[in-house]
Amino acid sequence: MTEADKEFTIESYLDYIRNKKLMGSKCKDCGEQYVPVRRLCTKCNSTNMEWVEMSGKGKIAAFTSITVGTPFFVEKGYGRNKPYCFSVIKLDEGPMVSGQLVGVDESKPETISVGMPVKSTFLETEIKDETKIDLGFEPL
Amino acid sequence: MAKLARKVALVGAGMCKFGRNFPLQRNPDMWVEAWLNAVKTVDNGIEPKDIDACYIGNYSSDLFNHQGHLGPQMANLVGLTPKPAPRFEGACASSGIALRQAVIAIASGVHDVIAVGGVECMTEVSTTLVTDTLATASDSIFEYPAGATFPGLYAAIASAHFHKYGTTAEDLMRVGIKNHENGKENPFAQMQQSIKEMMASKKARYKEQGRDIPDWKDEFDFLKSSSNPMIASPLRLFDCSLITDGAACLFLVAGDVAKKFTDTPIWITGTGQGSAALSLHDRDSLTSFIATREAARQAYQMSGLKPKDIQICEVHDCFTIAEILAMEDLGFYEKGKAVEAIKNGETKLDGRFPINTSGGLKSKGHPVGATGAAHAVETFKQMRGIAERNRQVKFDVERAMTHNLGGSGGTCVVHIYEK
Repeated sequence: MTEADKEFTIESYLDYIRNKKLMGSKCKDCGEQYVPVRRLCTKCNSTNMEWVEMSGKGKIAAFTSITVGTPFFVEKGYGRNKPYCFSVIKLDEGPMVSGQLVGVDESKPETISVGMPVKSTFLETEIKDETKIDLGFEPL
Repeated sequence: MAKLARKVALVGAGMCKFGRNFPLQRNPDMWVEAWLNAVKTVDNGIEPKDIDACYIGNYSSDLFNHQGHLGPQMANLVGLTPKPAPRFEGACASSGIALRQAVIAIASGVHDVIAVGGVECMTEVSTTLVTDTLATASDSIFEYPAGATFPGLYAAIASAHFHKYGTTAEDLMRVGIKNHENGKENPFAQMQQSIKEMMASKKARYKEQGRDIPDWKDEFDFLKSSSNPMIASPLRLFDCSLITDGAACLFLVAGDVAKKFTDTPIWITGTGQGSAALSLHDRDSLTSFIATREAARQAYQMSGLKPKDIQICEVHDCFTIAEILAMEDLGFYEKGKAVEAIKNGETKLDGRFPINTSGGLKSKGHPVGATGAAHAVETFKQMRGIAERNRQVKFDVERAMTHNLGGSGGTCVVHIYEK
């Protein structure tokens, strides 16, 4: 399937992530960009979308260092003694996305700050025989 | 925004004692207790034959109790079969929505009298499953895989608020300290202890066990200690509301029939509901809830009142930062200025503008689907002058507001009450 054929669905978006690409949809009528992908432009009601690749660069808009995590993160070994960072990132292109923030000292959240520049990274987790790939971010 | 086509009055309200009630009490038991307590508050009495419908708010009995379809179950227990008994869901705003839909149904003329309930029994499952069930009220496709927990989402919001307005962890602590002070005066609250009392009982326990007695100077010292562990920075355990079982019941009637039930109805003069993108990353602002601003705008417009007219407010303090956002988004304080008011004691029970006289979700407890109805119960008591112990505010409350938030701000319901 070529890129032009990819439908503007969540599965297509996640498939790009699995291939280590952060893609969004751009409205060909008004130019609004969406990450994660959207089929309908809620700014101008158009469905005239195209795929665009994001630079992956952005700034921290909000973050937290979590000690009591979700079952998936607990399974990954995070917990009271090894917190992980959840973040909302404002991409340079405009949209915001959620992702785990790595490459920071999670046990010292005071060393992390809103506005800090970051870039995307793709986090691999081995689950059973499969490798799961999630969008993450790290300091630039 | 149209006015209500018919006047709507609250003529009775009650709740069961909130707490870890399971297995001694399950949803049906708590609901009947709340119903009986509400019936007692209706001056001239109320019977099932007077009631046209039963509107139940509940978030997730499906996952907490393996039980769906709560409406007819609850209606039957109080003698309302075969009347309509729908259930409403909007995460933690579920019974706020049930209340609003009852107001709308009465105002429309379809019904004259509706019993509104909120029920939730959370402790039947493990804390891990509670956390996971609550997480389904946030976005499960993009936020959850990124590690978002519920405290985590509010913690992220706090980080943005701290950055933009200079809010501090101590400001959050002041909210919790105040709400526990109020909750100790509420016999229906889950934790009827002030933070100071908790510190004293902890010290006494340590002494009994022959352990080193901690040397906390004040509440802040205690709240910064290992006794108050970090959950999601900057939110610690005492910044989070409780896991609670509970139920609440309200009787709403049309203005034309209100006299039959009481000479002193509490009028619901404004109702509003707003929504926001489920994911934080899909919102324009991380320091303000657009759903709250929209719900408040509608309620103010409908009632003709302004923020300065409201004398007391029950706000949805699922986390301490949420109380601060609510104070700002409801228009009581400019953005970034709420913490000053908290510092000055304005929102304490004896302050100029008491907030969460019930103890809030922090101390009274947060059985998610029952919380919106419980907000109205406290408002009813304060406006009638019947709040228990030393919790009654010292002035006559003529105008009040309730603010019920769902999830991480995806839904908000606001109501305005007048005497």
